[in-house]
Amino acid sequence: MPGTVFDDVELIDAGHGGGTPPPAGGDDDGDSSGARRPVPRRAYFTALQLGLAAIVMFFMAMASSYIVRKGLGTDWQTTPLPRVLWFNTAILLTSSVTIVVARKKLAGGEREAFQSWWWVTTGMGMLFLAGQIVAWRQLAASGMLLATNPSSSFFYVLTAAHGAHLAGGILALFYVAFRPWSRSRISQSTAAELASIYWHFMDGLWIFLFALLTLGR
Amino acid sequence: MVTHENGGGHGQHQAPTGFIRKWVFSIDHKVIGIQYLCLALFSAFVGMGLSLLMRLHLGWPAAKFAFFNGGQMTPEQYLALMTMHGTIMVFMVLTTAPQSGFGNYFLPIQIGAADMAFPVLNMLSFWTTFVSLVVMVCAFFVSGGAPIGGWTSYPPLSALGEIVGPGQGAGETLWIIGLAIFCAASLMGALNFITTLIDLRAKGMTLGRLPLTCWTWFVTAILGLLAFGVLLAACILLLLDRVAGTSFFVPGGLVVTDQVITWHKGGSPLLWQHLFWFFGHPEVYIAILPGMGVASHLLSTFSRKPVFGYRAMVGAVCGIGFLGFCVWGHHMFVSGMSPYSAFAFSILTMTIGVPSAIKTFNWLGTLWGGKIEFNCAMLFALGFVSLFVSGGLSGLFLAQPALDLYLHDGYFVVAHFHLIMGVAAIFGMFAGLYFWFPKMFGRFMNEGIGKVHFWLTFVGVYAIFMPMHFLGLAGNPRRYSEMTAGPFLQKLQPVHVFISYAAFFTIAAQLIFLANFLWSLFAGKEAKEENPWHATTLEWSIPSPPPFDNFGGVEPVVYHGAYEFSVPGAADDFIPQHMAPDLVRKA
Repeated sequence: MPGTVFDDVELIDAGHGGGTPPPAGGDDDGDSSGARRPVPRRAYFTALQLGLAAIVMFFMAMASSYIVRKGLGTDWQTTPLPRVLWFNTAILLTSSVTIVVARKKLAGGEREAFQSWWWVTTGMGMLFLAGQIVAWRQLAASGMLLATNPSSSFFYVLTAAHGAHLAGGILALFYVAFRPWSRSRISQSTAAELASIYWHFMDGLWIFLFALLTLGR
Repeated sequence: MVTHENGGGHGQHQAPTGFIRKWVFSIDHKVIGIQYLCLALFSAFVGMGLSLLMRLHLGWPAAKFAFFNGGQMTPEQYLALMTMHGTIMVFMVLTTAPQSGFGNYFLPIQIGAADMAFPVLNMLSFWTTFVSLVVMVCAFFVSGGAPIGGWTSYPPLSALGEIVGPGQGAGETLWIIGLAIFCAASLMGALNFITTLIDLRAKGMTLGRLPLTCWTWFVTAILGLLAFGVLLAACILLLLDRVAGTSFFVPGGLVVTDQVITWHKGGSPLLWQHLFWFFGHPEVYIAILPGMGVASHLLSTFSRKPVFGYRAMVGAVCGIGFLGFCVWGHHMFVSGMSPYSAFAFSILTMTIGVPSAIKTFNWLGTLWGGKIEFNCAMLFALGFVSLFVSGGLSGLFLAQPALDLYLHDGYFVVAHFHLIMGVAAIFGMFAGLYFWFPKMFGRFMNEGIGKVHFWLTFVGVYAIFMPMHFLGLAGNPRRYSEMTAGPFLQKLQPVHVFISYAAFFTIAAQLIFLANFLWSLFAGKEAKEENPWHATTLEWSIPSPPPFDNFGGVEPVVYHGAYEFSVPGAADDFIPQHMAPDLVRKA
């Protein structure tokens, strides 16, 4: 695991090693705040990748607990998954497409089309979360609560943890849409790119968790 | 000598003026570094106070104290002190001061950056740490008091609530929440450190020219980034077992305090141990790696010689970091794990001896034939090497499952981890503080008093922890509040009395340090030069204390490696990293 990060470091070193200057924020269209050198645009991508690495570790800990707990316990009962989860999955996958469309519109200078597609994506994210709550309620109505069985415990914990991270993504989408970007350190298109990487990642993470919950029951 | 032209006035026009923005919710990495150091200093004295009470009880178990309502300390009170001592020392001192404190202050300057990559995130990270400290300390004041489960908080005892013991109610819940908040804070900090080091290095500051301090802060941050998420997940599951009735960690059929536990079944206490130690072993390196960086840096500077084997040092740091993730099972040899797993963990653990030996060899190689200056900073760096070796050698005993079965729950382990993780890391911090004090505050700490502090502390910590090895070999168990039960333990009591006296002596020596620190802050000898130690790295090219934006808005350019001391053909015995080659005076 640490190896991955070191690989990144070596790559970057190869890029400007030996004394070539790092781009001093030149490719950043934001306003530098006075005497301080602006933070280069790539730093935001580095930070995002590191954040995703930490999130991966969190969910790997959860997933390995799931596998270990299932293997060790004698009390594991299969939790029947509500069908609405398939609908939710379709919504989230579609939102990954609409966010790509939105970014294409922004790159093409069609600001109004960008806004519309961006809002469609945000709406789909919220629809996904609402769908997850529906799944919880259906499961609870069938008598499967958080403490009923380790299998249902993990279902609630994993979906809640993913939902919390996705809610963070929705906040990021709002931030990209509402923030006055003219006076910021990065441009709106950079922010939109960062948000969309996170969004795709949340999409992929859900596929992984859904597969774990479906196939690993 | 110093070519950098940046007066304080130029750099300060951006600095915030209000007290709140400047000193409380500051986004300046230097102020945040000092805030972290203050938090750690406060926590260190709290943790030391708790150990003082524990040593009083261990030395004189029958003694009665006014602060325990005129009675003897109960076993539960002892365990609460032990738990909070361990937690506060590990998280609030060893994790915060070397990395978040010194690293925050000096990493951006040493790589030639004006600040961390994300200053607001940096501020949030400090204040989140502060909140976690407050939440944890609150555990003392709730009904039942502080938790008694130890800093490892093993279930099922940590998961069952007040039925297990007084502190396992609200106190344990606060402990877990506080730890979860600390995880979030550490993740923010780690992300900021790594991004800053990767993307904000000045022109010419290649990875091969980084000071070893920066390398260790970097690897430590990677460890934190990958380990704290796992601990956070474990904390959430443990909290749910406590408050929501789930059974992740609690097995069925337990009988606790004459009561059958019916509301849990099937959980695995070992699962917590795996998750905890997957974090817990890298945590050991989070505490010690920055100390290694400071020791390497200072041994070179005060021997006036380049670091012996710079690349090998970097490789060893990365190797220790990587292996740190492969050896968590050696904390679980007594858990009944398969002997085959134990064998694998044992071999991997002893492999860490290789990079550790490389480091020690290179430290000695750096000193060999050097013009050694024995000032306080250097003495503490040498003390670090001594303690690292003494504490590390007992690790080779403990890495062997057959020996560990006997030694694991005894004082041998207490001696081992205190020497290598606790005291060595603290010597690293002292070394860093005596070295960087003039840069941070514009004044020197008093050298004479500092040397008294060093020698008293150095003798004191060995007097405390060396005898503990023998206690452990004699079969003295740890985590027991009284050693008077069995005849073989009664004979060991005089050793406990000796250790208690040694502890009081060492704690008293820290008051000398505190007095020196506070006095020097306001009345110490002024550091008029920018570079009083004739050191090479970039922090010594700017005024003391540094202006708000470090380099006055001018990006420094780096031409040299971090340890160009006594270069043949140069007039001076050091070449600062930022000195243009044509300005280096020829001999």
